[in-house]
Amino acid sequence: MSFRDGPFQDLRVPLAWTAAAATIVAVIAALSMLLADKRDARPDHKDPDKTAGFNGARSQFDEVISPISGLFAAPLRWTGGLADDARGYFNAVDENKKLHKEVADLQRWKDAAIALKNANQRYEALLKLRVEPDVPTVAARVVQDSRGPFSNARIADAGAAQGVKVGNPVISEHGVVGRVVGVAKTASRILLLTDVESRTPVMVDRTNARAILTGDGGAEPSLNNLRGREPVREGDIILSSGDGGLYPRGLPVGVATKDLRGVWRVRLYSDRAPIDYVRILEFEDFSQLAEAAALDNKTLPPLGAVDSAQVKAALEAKLAPPPTPKPAAATTDAAADAKPASDTSAKPGAKPADKTPDPKAKPTAAKTDAKPKPAQKAHP
Amino acid sequence: MSGLSQPLQPWSWLLVPALICAIATIMLDAPARFGPLGLPEPVFAMVPAFAWAVIRPSVLGPFVVLLSGLFLDFFWREPLGMWALALLAAYTATLATRNLMVGQPEQVLWAWYAAVTVLAFLVAVVILTLESRNMPNLLGVIWQGGLTALMYPLARRLIERFENTDLRFR
Repeated sequence: MSFRDGPFQDLRVPLAWTAAAATIVAVIAALSMLLADKRDARPDHKDPDKTAGFNGARSQFDEVISPISGLFAAPLRWTGGLADDARGYFNAVDENKKLHKEVADLQRWKDAAIALKNANQRYEALLKLRVEPDVPTVAARVVQDSRGPFSNARIADAGAAQGVKVGNPVISEHGVVGRVVGVAKTASRILLLTDVESRTPVMVDRTNARAILTGDGGAEPSLNNLRGREPVREGDIILSSGDGGLYPRGLPVGVATKDLRGVWRVRLYSDRAPIDYVRILEFEDFSQLAEAAALDNKTLPPLGAVDSAQVKAALEAKLAPPPTPKPAAATTDAAADAKPASDTSAKPGAKPADKTPDPKAKPTAAKTDAKPKPAQKAHP
Repeated sequence: MSGLSQPLQPWSWLLVPALICAIATIMLDAPARFGPLGLPEPVFAMVPAFAWAVIRPSVLGPFVVLLSGLFLDFFWREPLGMWALALLAAYTATLATRNLMVGQPEQVLWAWYAAVTVLAFLVAVVILTLESRNMPNLLGVIWQGGLTALMYPLARRLIERFENTDLRFR
């Protein structure tokens, strides 16, 4: 017996009611997904394959959509290439003159760069600095570009199979583009510096002042959290500061400019030309480099060793000078037990100048203080 | 006239327009730039979300709107559910005011479409601001919303194609 033949055969529910009920169910489903989504969640360093919220589904979606987007983007790329060729053909003379001038100008910079590189290497050798290693890169083609006010992200056709990881910085031939926020097998999602979600630690090259580059979906992200008197001027070069370990220090970001409301913004170098090919830096941020197991070791110094008698003795020693050496030793022991946890974080803060002249000592502080490569500084 | 009284087939008035919108969205998200300008990026899914509500109340309609919104959220990497909620807000508002608006002059219908577009963008701005604790660029929002509002003729075409198909909703 079908439903229609049963006792409900005469029941007629108005379509408007069922439509309203369906709409309510759809709204509840959308709200639930919104509340359950954790798109900012970083991969768990204990289990990198484990994904939070819908990030696994996002990666799978990117994997599927990447070739489709590539297919649709191809004719536009060819058309753009043809237009560029035609423009190049008709502007060849002007372009040639301009390039000659640029080469002459760059030659001066090249000489300066060679001299600086030489001096830099000598200083590094003299100070026994441990400099940043060269970062391997993966070249990728951009196949999709969302550029609305709500999202500024791209899909590149290189993924986990090529060694790309979440958090890797991405640069074009002009400067920093953004960082990888999602990785599938053969595709990765890049969050641009201009995205509403993007926060990038940067510094002003001239004054070394730090700031946070905050995207808002527009072409020019703003410089926030600037400190000091006149930390930035119109035309100042902005570089990545390396703070927080997300980006290497000294990557060219853009030029400072003030908008009509007096807010400092950055005209991005990466915005000079269409971003069709990018380089993904296989840069490991500090949290990945650190020994995660050691950082997660939450065992506190052994409290059992410091029994009530010792606490009492320590208090007495404090109240009645001169102090007896025994309680002091106990306190030192406790501090020494606690030391390994803080050791790792303390090292990067120290300056090379603070080091004792012990030739056997390994200066580890240089990692964050390493100067940007001359080619990067001379870029603009 | 007998063909006109046949019920609407879901694939023809729901699935096909939704697929066309998805393809149009993918095509216009190609990384191409013409001089200083990139390709426009309107919210194509707004067109069927409005038109479906005008054509007739439906049980399947809201779920296809939900799927269209989720596609946009995945494709643009928005908070999952943001565009789904924004489009459903527009769909619900259109459905609620349907009896008042059907039969009005063309300019009024266009203004109605623009108003529900503003509502959808308002919902999207609020959700994104709460989620990222940073307000999106308002000029960009106005630009994208304006482009979306200009697509009313497509919605009109979709409505004309299907509004008289099912006589019960004439």
